[in-house]
Amino acid sequence: MVDLTVDVGSLRLKNPIMPASGTFSEDLADVFDLDLLGAHVTKTITRGWRDGNPTPRVCEVSGSMLNSIGIPSKGVGYFIERVIPFYKRYETPLVVSISGNTADEFATLCSEVSVDGVAAIEVNISCPNIEEDGKAFAIRPSSTFDVMTKLRKATHLPLWAKLTPNTGETPEVARAAEDAGADALVVANTILAMAIDINTRRPKLGNLMGGLSGPSLKPIALRMAYQCARATKIPVIGCGGISSVEDVLEFLIAGATAVQVGTATFIHPLAMPRIIDELAAWLARHGYSSVKDVIGSVIDDEQKAGVVFMEAAP
Amino acid sequence: MNAALKLGDVREAIKPVVFERDLQIISNVQVNGEYRQMVLKAPREMLEQCRAGQFFHLLCPQLGGENPYLRRPMSIYGFYPDKGELHFLYKVTGEGTRALAHLGAGDTLNVLGPLGRGFTIADNWQHLVLVARGVGLATLAPLALEANRLGRKLTAICSARSDDVLMSVHYFRSLGANVVTVTDAEGTSSIENLEAIIEGLIAEEGVDAFYTCGSNRILRLLQRIGEKHEIPGEIALEQQMACGLGMCHCCVRPFRKEDRVVNLRVCREGPVFDMQEAMPW
Repeated sequence: MVDLTVDVGSLRLKNPIMPASGTFSEDLADVFDLDLLGAHVTKTITRGWRDGNPTPRVCEVSGSMLNSIGIPSKGVGYFIERVIPFYKRYETPLVVSISGNTADEFATLCSEVSVDGVAAIEVNISCPNIEEDGKAFAIRPSSTFDVMTKLRKATHLPLWAKLTPNTGETPEVARAAEDAGADALVVANTILAMAIDINTRRPKLGNLMGGLSGPSLKPIALRMAYQCARATKIPVIGCGGISSVEDVLEFLIAGATAVQVGTATFIHPLAMPRIIDELAAWLARHGYSSVKDVIGSVIDDEQKAGVVFMEAAP
Repeated sequence: MNAALKLGDVREAIKPVVFERDLQIISNVQVNGEYRQMVLKAPREMLEQCRAGQFFHLLCPQLGGENPYLRRPMSIYGFYPDKGELHFLYKVTGEGTRALAHLGAGDTLNVLGPLGRGFTIADNWQHLVLVARGVGLATLAPLALEANRLGRKLTAICSARSDDVLMSVHYFRSLGANVVTVTDAEGTSSIENLEAIIEGLIAEEGVDAFYTCGSNRILRLLQRIGEKHEIPGEIALEQQMACGLGMCHCCVRPFRKEDRVVNLRVCREGPVFDMQEAMPW
């Protein structure tokens, strides 16, 4: 029997597989027993009501997708009264994803969702910050540090900072989040992208641009997870295009403690329970007694030149 | 602490009602100039969950140079728990349906479903009238089956470009429905003529509910007639989808709820909605 448990800071997970925010909800309970998962991660909520973006909100690009959903939210009241109680029936810990337009609004929401039934808070600092010309908090180390400092003061719960690939300063942003008190890093969100219909000449998304997710994001997210694992001492949760057990292993070997599966669930709603079974089988087949033995096992010590080149890249 | 015991004590079990399965194709053939019908062998447990108006989310294959990535939603054309069959009727229009057309008997297709909220037939609705055009009729076909099973009177007003693409007419008749066909070729499919036919039905037989799918013009007409005579109705709507389960919120459409407009998910709150709340597109 392979031990699949991992520790994300103080939080012990029964296995390292959890959903990515925005690709999971109570609705998936119609398909399988959600207690199979290592954690539950909700779709990002904001304090107040948000309608979300105009349609079309998604489009396909070869082997992947773009989305600009726009964080529709029923607000924090609905979330506390209706959503958190749903998850109380499960043993799996609940991770609540939140976002805010300003650092203060963000921190207020962080405090409001620090309630019974919530095990950790994932802070989506990849969202636009209206105090910084709409640039996401996690694009710069300074804005990351400032918002994380306010969020840290707002809750006693573990704080997971969700980073963005839309930055040229990944290790610096990761260290800024760690320095401000983040308990873990979720690496990463979608990368800003675009698609145009050549016949109508219109962008394929109602919001013109949107986030790329799916298999084509994976090498970028993997590079970032590797950079963050090297740059900080806090756990890294890999996220981006993970669709198979091989993808999960790649992130674990790169240094991720756990992973989030997102777009793959849209294609195969049973992807997460299948990957959990396959992970146990792979580890057993390769003689491992614990998944922890794989984490950070990347062999990179003789590739200094490659690392230097990597650090020079954006 | 024994986790299993603890779970047994506190958990309110949620029974899975949506299935992701590889189904075997019995046939996938052209049924007329525009439409193809696919018949799949499906397990009874899946078919028994199906309701008229619901849909499946199909993982279209990467075949014939087509590389669809996301699943494609398709309304159920027929479901038969006793025969173990699930039917779809589709028109080849894009990458997903072109890929589907490459599948043959013996191949498998991964399906997710049944999904969404189907049609309502209230206990006191005796005469049901469905009005639809083209492939919209495929979505309404299982409603005829349900009306027949419940012993309700059904009138199906089927609109199409010409006679040879009038879908489902034979099917509706075989289920005892009164079928009225109108076509562009005969010049009988105008909104004015449809209105006269429907007003005639209301005057002569009384109508308890309307059902429609697929046409903006027909929706506007039925909203007007429904409001005038206080006859309820339902419409099945379409929207581009990603997850099909309600998680991603990409398939929203606007609806009138009392004095405001709200976005609802076609996959979850629909695809069948109250006709008066629907907004023409």
